[in-house]
Amino acid sequence: MKIKKSLAISETGFVFDPSTGDSYTLNPTALEIIQHLKEGHSPEQISKTITQKYDVDENTFERYFYDFAGMLKQMQLVAPDEE
Amino acid sequence: MKNNRLNIAISGLNNVDSPGPGIPVIRGIRESNQFQSRIIGLAYENLEPGPYMHEFVDKTYKVPYPSEGVESLMERIRYIHDREQVDVLIPNFDSEIFVFIKLAERLKEMGVSMFLPTLQQFEERHKSNLPAFGKKYGIKVPDSYPVTSASEIFDLKKEQKVDFPLVIKGKFYDAFIAGNSDQAAIYFNKISAKWGLPVVVQEFVKGTEVNVVALGDGRGNTIGAVPMRKQYITDKGKAWGGITLDDPGMIDYTHKLISSTKWRGGMELELIRTDKNELHLIEINPRLPAWVYLAVAAGQNLPEALVQLAMGETVEPFTEYAIGKMFIRYSFDMICSLDEFQQLSTTGELS
Repeated sequence: MKIKKSLAISETGFVFDPSTGDSYTLNPTALEIIQHLKEGHSPEQISKTITQKYDVDENTFERYFYDFAGMLKQMQLVAPDEE
Repeated sequence: MKNNRLNIAISGLNNVDSPGPGIPVIRGIRESNQFQSRIIGLAYENLEPGPYMHEFVDKTYKVPYPSEGVESLMERIRYIHDREQVDVLIPNFDSEIFVFIKLAERLKEMGVSMFLPTLQQFEERHKSNLPAFGKKYGIKVPDSYPVTSASEIFDLKKEQKVDFPLVIKGKFYDAFIAGNSDQAAIYFNKISAKWGLPVVVQEFVKGTEVNVVALGDGRGNTIGAVPMRKQYITDKGKAWGGITLDDPGMIDYTHKLISSTKWRGGMELELIRTDKNELHLIEINPRLPAWVYLAVAAGQNLPEALVQLAMGETVEPFTEYAIGKMFIRYSFDMICSLDEFQQLSTTGELS
């Protein structure tokens, strides 16, 4: 899953989509995940990183991750060929 | 270049909640590094804010409404020209453009230049002519029908040419979404009382409204184009906040439209982007819009370029603009003296 290349993401968690003019605010966890996605990391790699870093098991993380990914798709923040 | 001073007459000074483009156009002109300017305001009402905004308007003259006829307007412009030696005139209201197109040659003979669409361009982009316009230039437009009575809307519905929701539009301004026959009749009466006939009934296209401000040189070239999305919309449908977009599709669309129509002058495209990512043209306004200063701030001083084109100069097309540049409109209580108000009211002029 790749997010749109054109998305501008600030360190504070502000996301701007220049093609639609929409902007969003991310919490710190979402920001961390979206940065991993922008760097091209796979869901498995992200899961490994997050579960090692935080007190969360793989199944729980997976559930929340795909929920978040669905939200990104719905908001059209995912690269077109990945939708 | 900057030593060159132009006297520029500008209308649309009603900088109110549904603002005319006059003041934003002047802001662009004031920021020109190509020429200096003396701004002559053309006002219709004593309480238009522009005449009292002395940092933007050097001298204001009241002018008769276009509905009072071409000759009375021409006579007034001649009076103003005798005193001000107007180099360029920029009409900013849709309702004025037709009259000024008609006056263009006579004004040119007097030495007053304008840069307006041709009569054909102006007529064929009318809301009521939009389907034919779309067909001619191969672009998607919603079905539109001019009507002169509310019963015609019901007939269109009976004939299954249209279905609710519908957009009921004035020939110059205003648009309402009608969900049923009762609402359609109410909006028809409201709009026809304000803007006259015909009223335009348009198919409702679901999607996101996006806009482009652009300037065509009349030979098929786009001098500049900046796409924007309204972020905050007033109850009159006006942008109270907006942001420039990175949308090559909209820029390409604008270039093709200007190239095929050979559009001359400023324009605003009102488009709907559907869920399928298709652009539907819902309106072409034949002038720069009130949000044109966003384009100036984004790096395309279209009002300056329009003045240069009017003066017969060659203008290099803009190729870039800043993406994510925003505007937020605000209202402001300007304190004015009674003396100024009485000057404009009684003499029709204000310095």
